[in-house]
Amino acid sequence: MSHSADQITAPRPSQTAAAPAPVKSQKRQGRRWLTITLFLLPALVLFGVLVLLPMLLAMYTSFFDWNGLGGRPTDFIGLENFQRLLTDDIFLGDLKRGGLLIVLSLLIQLPLSLGIAMLLNQKLRGRGFYRLLFFVPYVLSEVITGVLFTMVFSPNRGLAEHIFGWFGFDDVGSTWLSDPNTVMYSLFFVMTWKYFGFHMILYLAGRQSIPNELIEAAQVDGAGSWQAFRHVTLPLLGPTIRISIFLAVIGTIQLFDLVWVLTGGGPLHASETLAVTMFNDGFRRSDIGYASATSIVMLLISLVFALGYQRFIMRRDIEGAITVMQDKK
Amino acid sequence: MATPTNYSRRSILGLAGLGAGAVLLNACSGDDDGGGSGGSATVEWWHIANTEPMLPVWDAMAKAYQSAHSGVTIKITPLENEAYKARLTTVTQAGTPPDIFHTWGGGVLKQQVEAGLVKDITSDTADVRGTMIDVAMGPYEFDGKAYALPVDQGMIGFWYNKALFAQAGVTAAPATWGELLDAVRKLKAANITPIALAGKDKWPGHYYWAYLSMRIGGLDLLKQAGEDGNFNKPEFVTAGQRLKELVDLAPFQKGFLATEYGSPDGQAAIIGNGKAAIELMGQWAPSVQAEASGKPKGLGDNLGFFPFPAVDGGKGTATDAFGGGGGFAIGKDAPKEAVDFLKNLLSIDNQRKAAATGAIIPVVKGAEDALTDPNAKTVAQTLASSSGFQLYLDQAYAPEVGQEVNETVAQLMAGKMSPEKVTQAITDVAQR
Repeated sequence: MSHSADQITAPRPSQTAAAPAPVKSQKRQGRRWLTITLFLLPALVLFGVLVLLPMLLAMYTSFFDWNGLGGRPTDFIGLENFQRLLTDDIFLGDLKRGGLLIVLSLLIQLPLSLGIAMLLNQKLRGRGFYRLLFFVPYVLSEVITGVLFTMVFSPNRGLAEHIFGWFGFDDVGSTWLSDPNTVMYSLFFVMTWKYFGFHMILYLAGRQSIPNELIEAAQVDGAGSWQAFRHVTLPLLGPTIRISIFLAVIGTIQLFDLVWVLTGGGPLHASETLAVTMFNDGFRRSDIGYASATSIVMLLISLVFALGYQRFIMRRDIEGAITVMQDKK
Repeated sequence: MATPTNYSRRSILGLAGLGAGAVLLNACSGDDDGGGSGGSATVEWWHIANTEPMLPVWDAMAKAYQSAHSGVTIKITPLENEAYKARLTTVTQAGTPPDIFHTWGGGVLKQQVEAGLVKDITSDTADVRGTMIDVAMGPYEFDGKAYALPVDQGMIGFWYNKALFAQAGVTAAPATWGELLDAVRKLKAANITPIALAGKDKWPGHYYWAYLSMRIGGLDLLKQAGEDGNFNKPEFVTAGQRLKELVDLAPFQKGFLATEYGSPDGQAAIIGNGKAAIELMGQWAPSVQAEASGKPKGLGDNLGFFPFPAVDGGKGTATDAFGGGGGFAIGKDAPKEAVDFLKNLLSIDNQRKAAATGAIIPVVKGAEDALTDPNAKTVAQTLASSSGFQLYLDQAYAPEVGQEVNETVAQLMAGKMSPEKVTQAITDVAQR
């Protein structure tokens, strides 16, 4: 029995680490590290081989003019690929289009999800059904969603065209995906259709962790339902909203599958995203060096955003978790 | 604190690796089918005939070969055109090409040859090459060495709906560019969509610009540009201007920028359903029309073919043909049975069987008598009497140049780029 007791205490040294005997503590400290290493090793190896190594290799190939064939890249060109990016209209357009999608997500998609979540938090007949229904699109893969909406938006026999045709707007229905000026909004529509349910569930979970007493108390104090929402519910939903924004932005920066199937980035690059450009350059044009440079820029954008966002905006949300651990040490 | 889970939400990270992924794939892939010697061997065969009528025909040929050669297993992977290009690129970049794989020859094959991914089959196939028609080997030979064998050799031309032409009062197939524009005007006047075009796929659009360049500047112009990368020549600009004349008539179906080629509402289906009168497409057009429109016979007797018209004052002749066929290259690690099986596909009997479907135009002399479809016969005859041949530009040139041609011509056809800017953009890429 003492053997198994040892095993249990080993991974939880925090309870005993404060013990006064220093020698014993050092010994335990060493065993603690051994345990941590053993448990982390498989994950670290996988992370290293499947995440870090490809990143480093992509960084390496981004300094070469390389078509991807024939062993190692040899034509070192320094930062030329990155300079090319700065003058590439498609790449600069990707940034603009990504920005547009992010702005639309924050202004329309997330508030919509929040509204629906609040609505479905009310006592409502069949709300379980609605919750399920709105969550279903998120379960579909992006590829299936893409195929589905290419049919809906098909210029010549799509569902959208038929519906709009009933109201006499034949041309509106046929230009959803084929007009460079409307394609981004069509894409955003499909994105919203697919992801609003996911954010709705997040908000719903967040809302349900807020005790109803708080809202009742506010109402007793004379707050109307808007005031109660604005000054009680919304601030308490803060952590949930911040994580939801984070996921929406990162997801948008890396958007690929849906665009690829729905529009292929077209017409005329009008719906192209960074990831689509990268795919085109890498696999269609065999310009792996340049595509790697794009992927590195994409990584940097995501990384800077993720670190900055967590450092400045989500600090309070994650601080709790971290300080608790440090206190126990 | 950039938590990895955020990235793994999308499978994009795999793509972020790109070249890296290629290296990893290389390391991971087993070498189970390579270098087989006698006895038993597995031959991996990737082709793009993923629909009727060729899919079952090639299946049957593989089965027949297997039963005649015990121990040989032919593992077939049929892929749709676009999916095939994407998938082949990943495996070639990983350095593990399939044993037998579809190729259009030209610049892409040349790149694969230079990377040592493709077997030199010059001496192994000398006997078979002797049985082929003259223009067949062109796209598959570099420096006098053969790296692939064609099984199909066709050309691009206009496929048209005879009934719709009659309805619009177009009595003769257009022989000049001016007559083609007239036909388009008449069709429009009769409320018929003149031309179906798959703008989303881009490659069907480049046929127009390539053919016009050939008619205006001649074959040498395209060859020269391929070598020195200079597309800033008056003939190319003129080709763009002629094309713009057509585009200005708004001849394409509505929403053509989002239309695919082979989908159920795509270019081929539009023609097959009689919703547009003309498409500029290759020898495979009738079979894809039938397949995509869901009508087993497509347009049947109503479908006609005419070669790309001459352009007044052009240096090229109207008998020069543009297009390509399909061939098969042998991967670097392929067992010797792969070459033998490929040669077997090119036996006159098998070429006849393939030709009988009407989906391919055979390359082996004498097999063309098995063509039953009158349209296929017309293509074969036009090709046999052609004065010169140019491979698809997006295959003839290096991939980045070919893609730039496709994309800039698509911009031109959408009215977003001038003919001068098109040639400049292609030159920029070709000379980079």
